[in-house]
Amino acid sequence: MSAIAPKFKLSEFIKSLLDNIFWIVLLVSLIGIPAIQVILFYIEMPVINGELLTPFLAMTWLADPSRSLPILKAFMATDMFRVMAFPGFGFAALIAAGTIFVERKMLAKLQLRVGPFYCGKIEGILQLMGDGLKLISKEIIIPAKADKPIFWAAPVIFVATAAAFVALIPVAPGWVVADVDLGLLGVFAVIGFFPIITILSAWSANSKFPFIGGIRALFQMVSFEIPLILSLLGVVILTGTLNLSEIAASQSSFPWIIFLPVGAIVFFITMLAELERIPFDLPEAESEIVAGWLTEFSGMMYGLVQLGTYLKLYAFAGLFVVLFLGGWNGPMVVPPFPEEILTDGIVMGPITAKFPGLPLFDQQMLNGTLWFVLKTVGVIFFILLPRGVFPRIRIDMLLSLGWTKLIGLAFVNIFIALGLLYAGVLGPGGLQ
Amino acid sequence: MTMTDIMPPGLALKKVDERIMTLNVGPQHPGSGHMRIVVQIDGDYIVACDPDPGYVHRGEEKMAEYRNYITNVPHLERPVIHDSCNVLYPYVLGAEEILGIEVPERAKYVRVICSELNRCIYTMYWLAIYGIFLGHSTMFMWPAGDRELLIDLMEKVSGARVTHAHFIPGGVRNDLPANFEDVCLRQVNYFEKRIKEYAAVFYDNPILISRTQDTGILSRENAIRYGTTGSVLRASGVDYDLRVKAPYDVYDELDVHTNVMKEGDSYARSKVPWLDMIESCNIIRQALQKMPKSGSVRTKLKPNPKTKGPATVYKRVESGRGSLGCYIVSDGKTEPYRVKMSVPSFRNLLAMPNLLIGEKLGNMPSVYWSLNYWPVEADR
Repeated sequence: MSAIAPKFKLSEFIKSLLDNIFWIVLLVSLIGIPAIQVILFYIEMPVINGELLTPFLAMTWLADPSRSLPILKAFMATDMFRVMAFPGFGFAALIAAGTIFVERKMLAKLQLRVGPFYCGKIEGILQLMGDGLKLISKEIIIPAKADKPIFWAAPVIFVATAAAFVALIPVAPGWVVADVDLGLLGVFAVIGFFPIITILSAWSANSKFPFIGGIRALFQMVSFEIPLILSLLGVVILTGTLNLSEIAASQSSFPWIIFLPVGAIVFFITMLAELERIPFDLPEAESEIVAGWLTEFSGMMYGLVQLGTYLKLYAFAGLFVVLFLGGWNGPMVVPPFPEEILTDGIVMGPITAKFPGLPLFDQQMLNGTLWFVLKTVGVIFFILLPRGVFPRIRIDMLLSLGWTKLIGLAFVNIFIALGLLYAGVLGPGGLQ
Repeated sequence: MTMTDIMPPGLALKKVDERIMTLNVGPQHPGSGHMRIVVQIDGDYIVACDPDPGYVHRGEEKMAEYRNYITNVPHLERPVIHDSCNVLYPYVLGAEEILGIEVPERAKYVRVICSELNRCIYTMYWLAIYGIFLGHSTMFMWPAGDRELLIDLMEKVSGARVTHAHFIPGGVRNDLPANFEDVCLRQVNYFEKRIKEYAAVFYDNPILISRTQDTGILSRENAIRYGTTGSVLRASGVDYDLRVKAPYDVYDELDVHTNVMKEGDSYARSKVPWLDMIESCNIIRQALQKMPKSGSVRTKLKPNPKTKGPATVYKRVESGRGSLGCYIVSDGKTEPYRVKMSVPSFRNLLAMPNLLIGEKLGNMPSVYWSLNYWPVEADR
């Protein structure tokens, strides 16, 4: 104790705690609560269960938490919740954070190491939080000759584009941020943005290594976009729709990977290239061009690019699941919500708590989310695995792979799909 | 004289062509080591390459002129601390000839064992960096971890983990610890089994083969003409190993097999050191078997030994990188008049510009590190 705080006195410690509590209570009661009341007074409140939500009603949650359930349900029906929390950004960021942790631990096990170990006591589970804090607290250094507005904007646009990609992925029946009829075209459009952002950031840094990295990324992404788009056409031919939710729903009896394995393999390889993961991490090839187009990014700008990269990884894995592995479809494993809680309430000794708003999520949605997450995690595992096994390939090998072999295989896949369609085995609507 | 005339090559800012971009790879670059390579690229092709060593020059040869033959030992091993026994070996052989002392038989075997162990330690470090240069992080972690087996052995022998200072004129510093033979045999056997597993993940990896084969080809004639040595020379099809061609200490009593590959490309240059490590395990097993079980390991010298008179001597050994020579001139005093090291790293570096010109930029790390070049040794 003496080493940490040499002049430690318990009385002063308690006094400082009490001081803090005093100021918090004072500020909250004099500024915070009036401000909330003013806001609640001026905005138009929703009507829930035939009852207008008033500030007074909102305050009753403090006494009876179960009364907040209806407004929670109303909030969950809004677009805001979908964008921010569940099928959108928050959910994807959570999976991205888990991916980073699993990647580091799994790679460590492959390489006979322990990986993150100390931060957070249990197997370094808080390492990511520590890294994030470090990145936030670091100084952001910008090259003197950089084109500053574009250089500042590039990481933000990158994350925004990756989040737009996430928005198109349906997680459970009806749970998708943007349920557009041309969802797959939307995916192609969003993917087409990434090379532009990359080359913008590389060019604006006005430095040689980012420039070479940006050019490489441009080559790689453009040449792999074509086999990527072609490899997905087989699914579109067989389902007759571009809506991702309908494609996922069409696989209720069997996933498309059974009939289109070639397309799935081509899509997986192009996915690795689009994500710049080993063996296709040429734009970030450390021993050749330092960190490629990320060289000049520092602090949280680098952190944002990494966040965007892992959001993109989740979105690609989710797309693979939706198109080839059946999306949310799977055996029903989630038990139905117990009816007696609705009718009788929960008996806790003398008190009986009743929750009129339950259940928050229906059984279909929970089951769909469970299967989607399980499949996505499996695909992410296979995306991470090559990093422990393969070295990096060279740009000319990459281009010849993309322009000749993968495009050829993608056409083979399209012919398989057409054959299945015209032979009458399969068609829009499933087995015939 | 303008500023650009007196600038070292590569720093001069002359614009040759709009298409050509000059890249300074190093010294602040993850893929350079303690040196700089000035590379000019046209698109993805390297059109000019100018290696620029000298960033870690420490004046080891000059320092040797102010210390006597014994006190020179700890600092002369610094150029390659991972190969510290081998880098000291030619100096010790030369000093023994100048001082006129005989080395006990057991000490010679101990030296062979330590030398081969150090060769493996160095090559594992080299292999780890070769792995990470090619983006193969598993091949970085595995050799770096398996190296510990042999480092632990050397720690048992000399007390130090990396800079052993174990070879001294007159033998070795200490006798082997009790029970060393059994431990050494066990560790070396496991080590050999372990490095043979690397083939599955690295040397037989199709991506590695397609990436390194037929890149940076050094023909047999050029390899001899540029004066390359060691694994680079053997990968170009020249059967040249000083342990066989000019045996020192007890290498003539051991059965040493030389690994030669004919291709002369990056892949062959990366594979020959790995084969050499397996051969080193064989040599260690033979030496453990033939070593006298007891006896002195050191001819005692006075603290400031006197030489017999003016003499010059040149000794060579096969180090982890190739033939390493040491030229000692004595004028009869207790300190050497001049010590000159002929290092394999610098000889191999001379081949680099010729290999890199015409290659793609992506081949630069694989060709550069396959030359078995250690920047600190080249600068001394």
